[in-house]
Amino acid sequence: MSKVTFNLRDKGAQFWDKSPRWRRVLLSVIFIAICYALPFLNNPILNTPGSDFQSVLFYPVGMYVMMAIGLNIVVGKSGLLDLGYVAFFAIGAYTMAVLGTKTSLNFWEILPIGVGLAMLSGVLLGTPTLRLRGDYLAIVTMGFGEIVRIVAVNTSAIGGSRGIAGIPTPPPAFKAKFTILDPKPYYWLLLTFTLLIIWMVRRLAARRPGRAWDAIRQDDDVAQLMGINTRRSKVWAFVLGAAVAGVGGVIYASQILSIVPDQFNLNVSILILACVVFGGIGNLWGVIVGAVILAFTPERIRFLSQPRILVFGMALVIMMNLRPDGMLPKKKREHLEADWDHVEESGEGEIK
Amino acid sequence: MDFALLRDAFWGLTFDGLALGAIYALISLGYTLVYGVLRLINFAHSEVFMIGTFGALVAASGIMGVKVEDDPRTGGSMILTLVVCLIAAMLASAFTAVAVEFVAYRRLRKRGATKLATLISAIGVSISLVEFFRIITHSLPREFPRIMEKSFLFHFAGADIRNDKVIVIVAAGLMMVALDQFISKSRLGKGIRAVSMDENTATLMGVNINRVITVTFFAGGLMAGAAAFFYILTYENTSFKVGFFLGISAFTAAVLGGIGNLRGALFGGFVLGLMETYTSAVFGTAWKAVISFIILVLVLLIKPTGLFGESITQARV
Repeated sequence: MSKVTFNLRDKGAQFWDKSPRWRRVLLSVIFIAICYALPFLNNPILNTPGSDFQSVLFYPVGMYVMMAIGLNIVVGKSGLLDLGYVAFFAIGAYTMAVLGTKTSLNFWEILPIGVGLAMLSGVLLGTPTLRLRGDYLAIVTMGFGEIVRIVAVNTSAIGGSRGIAGIPTPPPAFKAKFTILDPKPYYWLLLTFTLLIIWMVRRLAARRPGRAWDAIRQDDDVAQLMGINTRRSKVWAFVLGAAVAGVGGVIYASQILSIVPDQFNLNVSILILACVVFGGIGNLWGVIVGAVILAFTPERIRFLSQPRILVFGMALVIMMNLRPDGMLPKKKREHLEADWDHVEESGEGEIK
Repeated sequence: MDFALLRDAFWGLTFDGLALGAIYALISLGYTLVYGVLRLINFAHSEVFMIGTFGALVAASGIMGVKVEDDPRTGGSMILTLVVCLIAAMLASAFTAVAVEFVAYRRLRKRGATKLATLISAIGVSISLVEFFRIITHSLPREFPRIMEKSFLFHFAGADIRNDKVIVIVAAGLMMVALDQFISKSRLGKGIRAVSMDENTATLMGVNINRVITVTFFAGGLMAGAAAFFYILTYENTSFKVGFFLGISAFTAAVLGGIGNLRGALFGGFVLGLMETYTSAVFGTAWKAVISFIILVLVLLIKPTGLFGESITQARV
């Protein structure tokens, strides 16, 4: 199995590299069209018995894909382990909820504010903590995620543990009406933003910031020696990741209509991290595939009702044992250098 | 904010904090041992603890036949029940820890997988264990029978000192001394220190690395099991999600002291226990996690490797 997938990735990359421009454009258009048409697809394999397929496409699938792409900037591209990613999602969602219910601003006006606040909190968290290495950064970010949730629970001005209800839906755009009953427009909205983010990430990755992140992930000290402002690059990675989660949060809140703090617990951060690692850390398409699979599987097997999360957990273990680099890993050559644990070369592979 | 409460009940709070800190310290030893050897956070360790509480529960009702509605036992019967429950909890946790290593870590380690892949594998095991216990307990908390009469032993500076907390602190102290002796004196303990210092050289010197790792997980599991028993003895209930919050706190304690450093973990556990007790007296229990984390962040910013640095080997020899 592993050989097939490896070839699939390399063949795919080769095919893409060799394709002339018209074929790339054509394939992209077809791919995007299929994505937009997905809500109308109704077949027995992709169907989700027990829950509405169109809702599942919005949440969890679409939402997880977007968040996983955002977290991949932080964890995959620049190698910073963030276990509190849900905090930025929560900040986006709460901005939408508070401003939507207390002011007359509509969705499109709140969106930039929500993203801005998520980015600002990214700066506030990132500036002091990003000099910590690996595991310490992990616990500090995890702590931040919990703090945001606990503050939301304990602040009665934003609803306390009961959360906020009656969040307004976005105003109609392009003839699409956003209502409670119809998840399709939300899915298209989310998809549009996701495509924009993919475009942004691909551009960044190929240019100076992307190369700086690569260098930092592979060796922080060397990157610094080569003249990269590692501190600033890391904060930027953090802030961009936060912005993506902020977008996700605002859209999510406008669809779900009411939010409670306990929706934003540590498990969400961990699940999104699992999407990133499961799919193939650092590889954008791998991350997307991972997020689709991890978000879709629990819904697909909802008919198992009780043990579905158990099956999910076991699948995670089996998958990581079989393919430790994920479904579609980054190219091997790059991966060997990219062990983000730069503490020491353990050489554990040789010890039998 | 209620500083008067902190002032009036200071010694009582200190005592409660130490009892809570002893539980944190015992759990954090497991995190720190595994980190010392594998340089990995064992994400399934909170579930190792959770299973220990169920081990004690099964031992109490299954082996010793204690029922929730029974009167507390006395004399020899009480001591026997306590010891049996303690041993059951420790063994349940220790074997779970070894199984976790076998399922989640061993294969990945042999293939030289990245740290993150191993992390996700451990998270998978953690999710599976929590879900398994959620299903078999029907998502309900379970009550632990009262084995010993809880009474106030003596007064100290206006504080009532309860007997079960004295037992927790004393017994936890003994466990820690035993572990410390094991790591610093025994052959296997030396193996653990050698591997945490330099894995390759340790292998060249004839250390059986697989055995060392198994022993490390086993020892960490024993400590978590003891913590589980003390927890269930004090709080008298458990549920499938009990590991989550204690796990986070214990991990925070390990990082606070300098992860990978045994005495640091002990110190971190007690400091965190005291801090949480004091701050929940002043700000209310809702904010204690926030304040613990803020203190942790401040400590890490001033001293990025925790209070005591981060190596098992550094702390001793």
